Amino acid sequence: MKILGKITILLCGGLLLFFTSDFPDFGDANSPASTHLSPYFIEHTLEDTAVPNVVTSVLADYRGYDTMFETTVILTAGLACFLLLKIPTKEVKQRYYRHEPTGVTLRIEGDRYPDKSAVFTRIDSTWVPSDMIINFTCRILISFIQIFALYVVAHGHHSPGGGFQGGVLLGASVILFAISGNLRAAIKQFGEKTAALFGAAGVFIYVGTAALCLALGENFLNYSALAPLLGTDRIMARSHGILSVEIGVAVAVMAVMIWIYYNLSSAGKQDEGL
Amino acid sequence: MELIETVKHMFLFIAAKANYWTYVILLMVGLYAMIAKNNLVKKIVGMTIFQTAVILFYVSIGYKKDASIPIVMHGSGHGHAADAAIRAADYINPLPHVLMLTAIVVGVATLGVALALAIKVYKEYGSLEEDEIHKQLRSR
Repeated sequence: MKILGKITILLCGGLLLFFTSDFPDFGDANSPASTHLSPYFIEHTLEDTAVPNVVTSVLADYRGYDTMFETTVILTAGLACFLLLKIPTKEVKQRYYRHEPTGVTLRIEGDRYPDKSAVFTRIDSTWVPSDMIINFTCRILISFIQIFALYVVAHGHHSPGGGFQGGVLLGASVILFAISGNLRAAIKQFGEKTAALFGAAGVFIYVGTAALCLALGENFLNYSALAPLLGTDRIMARSHGILSVEIGVAVAVMAVMIWIYYNLSSAGKQDEGL
Repeated sequence: MELIETVKHMFLFIAAKANYWTYVILLMVGLYAMIAKNNLVKKIVGMTIFQTAVILFYVSIGYKKDASIPIVMHGSGHGHAADAAIRAADYINPLPHVLMLTAIVVGVATLGVALALAIKVYKEYGSLEEDEIHKQLRSR
């Protein structure tokens, strides 16, 4: 298999490298990729959508269908992880409890005791005493990450940013919380059911905005139809429509990232994890 | 002297296409890992390297020399075109960026599905090595 692999690599790589001579040079402004559609996007984005960030306007307006189904793909990936891993198991669970005053650890079979009582606290099997520096730093960082994420979502029209980036940042803040503390604490704050609901809600916001345009008598995803609802002109309405869609994307991406992390880090048990 | 000239020509030729060389090498590293590696997680890592190579290819073809990021300079107020005409040559190509923006996030989500499948396989066979899984499958 190794020799076969090497032959394939040499053949494919050689062919690809041989034909690079037909490709345009690096940084060529007249390359085919930059001469057909993209000049139109750059020159017309302001008059069509009032959004100066061309990436945002192409993402949510000119290529709105593409992004809508990408969001659906992300939700489907989250669902697939859930369905693959989350199977109710009947095996006898072992839980570890730490007696806080003395630091003694008890192993108890079954789940008849609560996670936290007056003197006992439940811990993971791979538990190490939590580091104050890590906990403190993460607690401060998380709030700033979340504020920055909201800025990235809301300011995506005028600076690099948008729904996907902001959503990943929001998801990362919750994942950081789960890593710095433990998985159960994160699930208590942002449960799996919430993640599933938010994932579906994000896609719903996207499709709902598009369907609203249809209901108002114009094409699916033609945000200009929202102008009478928003009380703005037809071009500004496109800008607001893009914002609504980006919020939907951010919510969906955030929820699915967290959902996938919960399932992967604990192999679907959501009991003990990273 | 002629040899030096030829080497110089070759170097300039490669330097002008450096982005393609990088992407082809990365692509082949990923492809080799997917074909030849025995461990399923290493195959997944190979798949991710392959994906990164494609992303690098797309983003690099969007680059234009002496051009800015694709955010149009505009005057104050919304909906008004800037005073000067917008020239497409001043901004890099936004289209590859849009395509790769979604591809990166979808790539992470599908990587999650791949790892979930790996966890499933490990639970079923107690191993992530391909030859051991094949041995178990044959003996059934």
